[in-house]
Amino acid sequence: MLLIGTVSVSWYLAVGAVLFVLGAVCMATKRNLLGVLMGVELVLNGANMNFIAFGSKVLRPQGSLGLDGQLIALFVIVLAAAEAAVALAIALNFYNNHNTVDVDRANELNG
Amino acid sequence: MDLFAVAWPYWHQFFFIIFAATAVGFGFGVLLSKNVVRMAFYLVLSLGSTAGLFFLAGAEFVGAMQLMIYVGGTLVLLIFGVMLTAQKDFINMDTHTQDWILATIVGGSLLMVLLFAAFGAEDWNTPQDLTDAKVEATKEATPLGLALTGIRVDTLGETDDAVQGGKAGYLMPFIIVSVHLLVVLIGAAYMARTKKLSHATDDKSSRAKLMLFKMEHEAELLEEETYVVTHRGQSALNPLDPQDDEN
Repeated sequence: MLLIGTVSVSWYLAVGAVLFVLGAVCMATKRNLLGVLMGVELVLNGANMNFIAFGSKVLRPQGSLGLDGQLIALFVIVLAAAEAAVALAIALNFYNNHNTVDVDRANELNG
Repeated sequence: MDLFAVAWPYWHQFFFIIFAATAVGFGFGVLLSKNVVRMAFYLVLSLGSTAGLFFLAGAEFVGAMQLMIYVGGTLVLLIFGVMLTAQKDFINMDTHTQDWILATIVGGSLLMVLLFAAFGAEDWNTPQDLTDAKVEATKEATPLGLALTGIRVDTLGETDDAVQGGKAGYLMPFIIVSVHLLVVLIGAAYMARTKKLSHATDDKSSRAKLMLFKMEHEAELLEEETYVVTHRGQSALNPLDPQDDEN
């Protein structure tokens, strides 16, 4: 169907949705702190895919977000880089203090 | 280049299927792999394919930024994190079975909702005729850069005043992001520094300073001590001390 028909915005949204769900499940199931971070990256990419699809003039000649979608995607990429830097600093700190990267062992603040 | 000049009407679909399959497939690889080093590698490939999809949708500048910042910067950072913490016990970490079951149920239902929403709106699903759609080489970097400085050159031809007024520049978010990056840079460097080493040098330097101070002021300290001793002796011996008179 896809090869005969044409690609619409929905297909890009579907890819973004799959990436988002994969990232969310990755965040929930991984025990390695760095695996959780990779899940966050996947989630942000899935969200970015939506912005790009809605901003695309090729896919939506009428009613496209235009440059706004691309600009917001750029901001997401930059903020993701900042988030990765801080999260990695926290992960390294955690590793230095506890000698582990297992998030299940980060339970000192248990009530 | 001659290969791509062939008037085959399905180039967009062809590359979309390739990039989407690799992005989703390596995304599954990230999720299902137990080895953290392989996860990082699969993530590189998945994000690279996503950049390909960005190119395909006509967002060349964002695709290039995705490759440069994500794949070139963030992933290198992540891989360094993997290397710094990769010890025997942490390279392979199993997920608990009940976690898998719960995550599959929740993730599956979330995916159903999202796919239903993605294909539900008719406006998003109307197929565009891409067979003769030539992706023209538009110069996007200049309008993007101008929009970041607050000037929108891409909406100048907009006849609808409401739309043109709604599309403002992005100067304020740009400044906020710049300050945010600066704060993050300082904060990350502060948090990731090696503490034990700095404490040791602090202790050593403070001890050295104390010793130096003692050596320098030894003579003065001795003088003070002798003065105190002699003075106390005098005051104890002297019956006509003014303090005693007051009592």
